[in-house]
Amino acid sequence: MLNKSVLFISLFMVKTAFSQEKPLVFKGALIYTIAGEPIKNGIFTVQNGKIINIGPEGSAINPAAEVIDVTGKIIMPGLIDTHSHLGGPDGGDGSNPLNPETRAMDAINPKSDGFKKALAGGITTINVMPGSGHLMGGQTAYLKMREGKIIEDLLITNEKGVTGGMKMANGTNPMKGNGGFPGTRAKSASLVRELFLKAQEYKIKIDKAGKDSSKLPERDLRMEPLVEVLNGKRVVHFHSHKSNDILTAIRLSKEFGFRLVLHHLSEGWMVADEIAKAGIPCSIINIEVVGGKMEVLNLSLKNGGILENAGAMVAFHTDDGITDSRLFLRSAALSVRAGMSREKALEGLTIVGAKILDLSNSIGSLQKGKDADFIILSGDPLSVYTKVEQTWVEGKKRYDITIPADKAFLTGGYGVYSSDRGEFHHHDGEEDEEGN
Amino acid sequence: MKKIQLIVLLLLPISLFAQIAIKAEIIYTVSSSPIREGVILIKDGKIKAVGTAAEIKIPEDYKIYLSKIVTPGLIDARSVIGMSGAMNVAADQDQLEKSSPIQPELRAIDAYNPNEQLVKAVREFGVTTVHTGHGIGALVSGQTIIVKTKKGTIETVVINPFAMLAMTIGPEVSSNFSSPGTKAKQISMIRTELLKAQDYLKKMSDKDSTKRPTFDLKMDALSKMLKGEIKALITANKSVDIMNAIRLSKEFNLKLVIDGAAEAYLLINEIKASKAEVILHATMARNDDGMINMNRESAMLLTKAGITVSIESGYESYVPKTRVILFEAAEAVAYGLSFDEGLKAVTINPAKLLGIDNRVGSIEKGKDADLVLFNGDPFEYTTNVTSVIIDGVVEYYTAP
Repeated sequence: MLNKSVLFISLFMVKTAFSQEKPLVFKGALIYTIAGEPIKNGIFTVQNGKIINIGPEGSAINPAAEVIDVTGKIIMPGLIDTHSHLGGPDGGDGSNPLNPETRAMDAINPKSDGFKKALAGGITTINVMPGSGHLMGGQTAYLKMREGKIIEDLLITNEKGVTGGMKMANGTNPMKGNGGFPGTRAKSASLVRELFLKAQEYKIKIDKAGKDSSKLPERDLRMEPLVEVLNGKRVVHFHSHKSNDILTAIRLSKEFGFRLVLHHLSEGWMVADEIAKAGIPCSIINIEVVGGKMEVLNLSLKNGGILENAGAMVAFHTDDGITDSRLFLRSAALSVRAGMSREKALEGLTIVGAKILDLSNSIGSLQKGKDADFIILSGDPLSVYTKVEQTWVEGKKRYDITIPADKAFLTGGYGVYSSDRGEFHHHDGEEDEEGN
Repeated sequence: MKKIQLIVLLLLPISLFAQIAIKAEIIYTVSSSPIREGVILIKDGKIKAVGTAAEIKIPEDYKIYLSKIVTPGLIDARSVIGMSGAMNVAADQDQLEKSSPIQPELRAIDAYNPNEQLVKAVREFGVTTVHTGHGIGALVSGQTIIVKTKKGTIETVVINPFAMLAMTIGPEVSSNFSSPGTKAKQISMIRTELLKAQDYLKKMSDKDSTKRPTFDLKMDALSKMLKGEIKALITANKSVDIMNAIRLSKEFNLKLVIDGAAEAYLLINEIKASKAEVILHATMARNDDGMINMNRESAMLLTKAGITVSIESGYESYVPKTRVILFEAAEAVAYGLSFDEGLKAVTINPAKLLGIDNRVGSIEKGKDADLVLFNGDPFEYTTNVTSVIIDGVVEYYTAP
């Protein structure tokens, strides 16, 4: 009995020491919570990886807390990149244009220095995707920029119970015209429809089996993730540039009832009303000068503002290595330059991304109970002169510009980055096959 | 009396240039301190006067443009626009001929397309002069030109039809040709060709014209570089390649411009001793291949060490198809370069490097009226270019 008590106490103590981490209070910053009006000279408290409280100026400070003075700085939520290729993800190979069974998580190097680049840019959550050289590239991976040595250390399970979405693409990238790959847009759509028809049949068998596992169909790695797509658990991240391709993606999502997020959508501004009416969220990229491939020639920095005005949900993405994770704030600023509102641009870096990834209960805004993922900025988030000074993930400081080894990932320099980051496979002369 | 009227009427349509006055809150002349509440008068494509509003009276027949900020037209020290088009298909890619690694005879004037959409794109971001032409990726890819980005034909936009010879030393070459396949072979091939050109030059200067060799396009182009009439524009990023470029320029007495220069920050003393000029890669360039060790603080580090820096857009193989020096300079400033030095790196510094500072690169009386109007800090992300004036003509206008 005595022994048992001691054991109980010692277990309890260990647990206590772990869970009662000292609270951290950040004092004096202008806080963009994204959930409401900015708070001047706010009191921001985090503990055990969560946000404990956000109070206005003069709020009581927990006497047990360690207080960090960040007067004059800006605190905002950690940025969410809804489309990236950091860490060397891949998906299907040249044997099939449709690869629902392949998983980006099986390829990503969790120790990739690309993730340091993301942290230097203030990014705390990333959707890492296979390329767009396939109609269906494979399963994407939702990652937190935690310290980690295996992919599970970074991987997050979202509110729907999945760790990623499904990457799809239309337009010219998957149109290789040989080896089973489509040569036209109509063929692209028909191949996708055939696959989804099969998935519907498979789903019916599962639904009919109900709780009787003996009646379940044989396991099918290709069908299982598509059933998740049809059930609305796994979102389709659809690479699409031209207005006709965008409308095809919407048509397919309506036919099969899958949840869709449009990515890149260079010509989104041409069909902004249709996108808004269909209620499809958008994840856009900003490139200052168009060109590089035919189907992006109508891309405009006005895209964000036009989609906003039409009433569509707009998030941003880096598509790293197309744009650089260290310049993610710049992407939003470029939309503001061309007419988007500041408010929606900041939301596009944070809460909209969280919604797109089904993670808005835990990230995307600074609210009590959410993950302590935040960044400390030297100035206005949309200014060229502003630096990300600190990046925090779940209450842990992952990047600090005053530490030279961290700052090196911002500036680069001799031997800072290795060449095995993976995201640059787009530029090996196979752009049209693997490009974005 | 009637005669005079007739003359006036005839003269009016002949005058191609509208007379323009610009009133601005700040004029960054680059050549002197910024002028607050300033005025610039433009007549016949040239800057007629620049000063404070108190000093300069605007004549009645001048059309007035108001602006918050005015800078000189930006000068891109090295680009391939007009040669490498936006579509990125074989039909619009003329920057690199891969049939042979040494082709100094290839003229950029025979390929440059002033109406290419990337030219328009950079113009609308304030770029008024571009050093463009043959690209990176061959030991000698061909000739370069200096052009204004205004609308026109090559004949009306060109400033210098043969500015430099574009050369590359480094891994970019060996991926385009079966030979040279090594660094040592790259240098030996260039040296062999330059020795031939030295010999050609010597024989060509023979007083007995019958002993002169037959005219050779390739040798003639290389001779111009050996004589110092044109500069050697050598793209070299890794330190070993930069040193190879310096060694070559010493051996053949070339006027060296080191382009790219990603690892130049490791070779401050060597570059200063060599008297080579430097065109620095885009600040936001991707750190892949030979650029793996690039440092976004390079512009600041080199400038502080006393090396004059011009910032280029360079070459891009995919998206974006070209970079824009306005944004690249802005980023250099964000990474430690002063505002003034950042502006110089895309105006007067490249003007001097390109030998055109008598015409462009600063806002001074008598220079070409190449101006950019901004509605705020030129380098700020959310500022817009509102107008671009080239040779006194408003080539781009949006309401400020």
